[in-house]
Order: sequence, then C-alpha cells, then structure tokens
Amino acid sequence: MKRHLLSAADLTRDDAELVLRTAAELRSLADRPIKKLPALRGRTVVNLFFEDSTRTRISFEAAAKRLSADVINFAAKGSSVSKGESLKDTALTLEAMGADAVVVRHGASGAPHRLAHSGWVRSSVVNAGDGTHEHPTQALLDAFTLTRHLGAADGGGLDGRRVAIVGDVLHSRVARSNALLLQTLGAEVTLVAPPTLMPVGVGSWPVETSYDLDAVLPKADAVMMLRVQRERMSGGFFPTPREYSRRYGLDGRRMATLQDHAIVMHPGPMVRGMEITADVADSPRSVIVEQVTNGVAVRMAVLYLLLSGADLSADAPLLPTESAPA
Amino acid sequence: MCAQPAAPDDPTAGGRVVLDARDIARALTRISHEILERNKGGADLVLLGIPSRGVPLAQRIAERLAAVEGIEVPVGSLDVTMYRDDLRLKPARALLPTQIPPGGIDGRTVVLVDDVLFSGRTIRAALDALGDIGRPRAVRLAVLVDRGHRELPIRADFVGKNLPTSLVERVSVRLEGVDDLDAVTITGPPPGRSDQTGGTEVRA
Repeated sequence: MKRHLLSAADLTRDDAELVLRTAAELRSLADRPIKKLPALRGRTVVNLFFEDSTRTRISFEAAAKRLSADVINFAAKGSSVSKGESLKDTALTLEAMGADAVVVRHGASGAPHRLAHSGWVRSSVVNAGDGTHEHPTQALLDAFTLTRHLGAADGGGLDGRRVAIVGDVLHSRVARSNALLLQTLGAEVTLVAPPTLMPVGVGSWPVETSYDLDAVLPKADAVMMLRVQRERMSGGFFPTPREYSRRYGLDGRRMATLQDHAIVMHPGPMVRGMEITADVADSPRSVIVEQVTNGVAVRMAVLYLLLSGADLSADAPLLPTESAPA
Repeated sequence: MCAQPAAPDDPTAGGRVVLDARDIARALTRISHEILERNKGGADLVLLGIPSRGVPLAQRIAERLAAVEGIEVPVGSLDVTMYRDDLRLKPARALLPTQIPPGGIDGRTVVLVDDVLFSGRTIRAALDALGDIGRPRAVRLAVLVDRGHRELPIRADFVGKNLPTSLVERVSVRLEGVDDLDAVTITGPPPGRSDQTGGTEVRA
C-alpha cells in the first residue's frame, strides 16, 4: 500500500483485498475479553476534523485505541482555526508534536491531498471525507459489509454483484469513493438520482446511471441510500422534499421489489422519512448498524497497514536528519 | 518461527533433506505420546498452532491424540503478527487467522505448536497474545524442529528433532496441505555471498 490513503482510486485490487482480509481478522477482536492489540504502541494518530462527524471520528478513535496508538482529537470548533489559523499552520503544529498519522476531514475537496503532498507533514494522511470529493474508508467499510453478505465463499471480490447507489450523488463523497472501489473489486455500480443531483461528467465514471429507481431495484444485490445534503445545497435541486422521497426514497413498497438476498445500506446519518422510511431502516434487510461495527475493523486495518511497517518511502529519512525547513 | 514461506526455493534444488515424510510422521507420533504422558491424559488440553505451518502440525497431533486416547482435543490457531517485536523493521504484514476453540483457554493446558524454533521471538509474541485471550493453567511448547540460536530464555517442551545449524543456513519446513509434500530441508548460504551480511538477512 502507499503511504497515504487519499482516494479509493489509489487502491489496487490487491490493496483493497488486503485491507478487507485484514479487517476480517480484526473483526473477531470485538468478541474477545481484551479488545486491544499492541501493534501501534507508541505511535500517535491525530484526528483532525474541520467538519462535523459522529460515526467517522468515533470509529477512527476506537480503531486507533484498539491498536494501542495514542490519539489526539482535534476539532476545528474550539481550536485556533476559529481565530483564523490556516491549514498549513495547523499542519506544522501537528508535525512539531510528532504525529505519525493524520486522519483529516475537511469541507474543502482536496484538503487531504494538499496536506499529504505539500511537505508540511511527514506523517501518513488518511482522508476521512473531503468536501464533495472522496471518503475512502467509508467505501472500504461498505465493500467489507458487501463481501460479508454477498461475497464469494473464499472471501474474494464482488465480481458481477450489482450495487445501486441512490440519492444525492452530486454532493456525495461516499458515492464517488464507492463507485471507484466497488468497480475495482468487480461489482457493477448503478447511480440513481434525479438529473439535478447527478454530477457533471458522470459519464467518465466507471458506472451506469439511471433516473428511475423502480427499474433498478429488482436487479440490485444491494441498495445504498444516500442522505440529501441540504447543508451543501443553495438552490432548488428538487421541487419539494415530499416529491423527492416519492420518486427516490426507499419505502416498504419499493423494498418488496428487491431480490430476497438483497441488502439495504446507508452510510449515515439517515434522515428518516426523506431518503429512507423508518420501517425500511429497521427491517432485517438493513445492515446499517452492522456498517458502523465494520467501520472500526476496517479503520483498524487501514491504520495498521499504513503505520505498522517500516517506513520505506524515499522521502522520509530513517536517520533523524532534522533541521530541514518544515 | 515461521519458516520463510515465501521464496519457494524450488523443491529439486532445495538443499539437504533432514526429515522426510515418514520421519515427520514418527516425530509427531512421539510428540503426541509425550504430551499425553506429561499431561497425564488428554483432559483440558487445547492445541494452538501458530500460522501458517503450526496449524496443520497441531491438527496432525490432534488426530494422533484422538487415535491413542480416543479424545477430541480442541485445535485452534493463534496469529502473533500484531505482537511481534520487529513490526517496525519490515513492511506491514498481512494478518493470518486466529481461531480460538469455543471452550476458550481459561484454566486449560495450552500446547503451542510451531514448525521451527529459532530465536524464540515468535513464542514470546505468542505468550503475549495468549495473555490477551485468557489465562491458561499452563502453556507448553511443541515444535517440529529446534534449530538453536535462541535470543530469549525460551525452550520447547516437546521437540521433533534438534537440528544444529549455522546462522547462515535456512531451515524450511514443507507440509502437505500448505505445500506439495512433507519435508524439512536445510539450505546453505547462497554461493558467492559474504557470510557475515547473509546471516542477518536470513535471521530476520
């Protein structure tokens, strides 16, 4: 694997399968009396969150702690960022404190990439969601959940499985990362959204697109519902919420048209009544709570694979030849 | 010690055979009897193989225990990758399966099974890993080959064969199930390579 995890596109099929296999071994840890492994003892993981998050931040924190790393949580609210500090100065502070990995969520697409390639920090950078760009660990945990339910018995990929990603694709970093990763793993992805919420240039993505949810559902092996991100919307993308949920929401009637083995996923946070009804969210087909459980194992796998080994990259000298201008 | 599973030093050119299939079978039969003798029967035994080749060895010992005493001894596997002391010296490694038998290990006698005992660091890691899983009444160690050169105060309770080696030699264990046949071979240092530098490579 590379030193950073910035995009689902960085992962080759071998990389992705290595993460999923490692996560499968680590998931059994949850059943042990002592849920801790010593692999990252003495390493420091900084959770750098410029945007709100519940699941992702807690999940990364639990993952790092279960691997015995020291965790520093940084939320932009209540930090010097609210006084006007730049990303660069924040990064230099982290570097001075000796962070081995920075898990970053930022409202601006590309912020993790900037952090990783600007030379401000030497640590590994993990993208925990940047703007409307990517959220690779979410895609990995979704792929992990999919392989557990639909994967070949030998733990292999998702070859030929059909996954429908439905809703606000335009603003969704989860959709983009999933489209890239699931395609790498051999699945066929169909994006379903109203024309106004389909990203520009979606024709170049490795996916099919549709505006008609009812036509896609009977063929799908899994349906991934996306939240309508109203905080990123400043205009009329659809006439009314009611009309949206009538055309693109998943309710009991639509769920009944799914195949028997098909599962329903949602990256969270859900808006019940909007993109998904409560009876669907709480139905036995829904694996939404399991996705959260799997998130910890997958993030442990990512941190372990990025951090535990020797640093063999050329740009990080093994000897402390410090004093280079940071 | 994991006998370097990579480098499939092609079986024909693969050095000197020190144990063939029948030798391995006899060694395992003796180890099985010794375990029963030491434990005064098969009660409360748990066999944990260290992946990858400790696991098939543990299964074979369990088969023999079943044949001799007529008891089903639980067999599992214990991956020690996360507990190694050289994690930061090499690229990140893939994890191997850990499978603890349903009865757990609390209050039982755990027999760790591995193919080659060398520096002792794998067993040190395994003891740490066991401590996170439960509290066995006792822990014993069974190995197919003890090649010496310990770096820690660790010894095996049951040894298939003591094999004096030099540090630059390589011991590789091949077992049916993982590999194509049963054999333990010793390979010398590659010709034309300085012994001093070769040694550290082989040991890691």
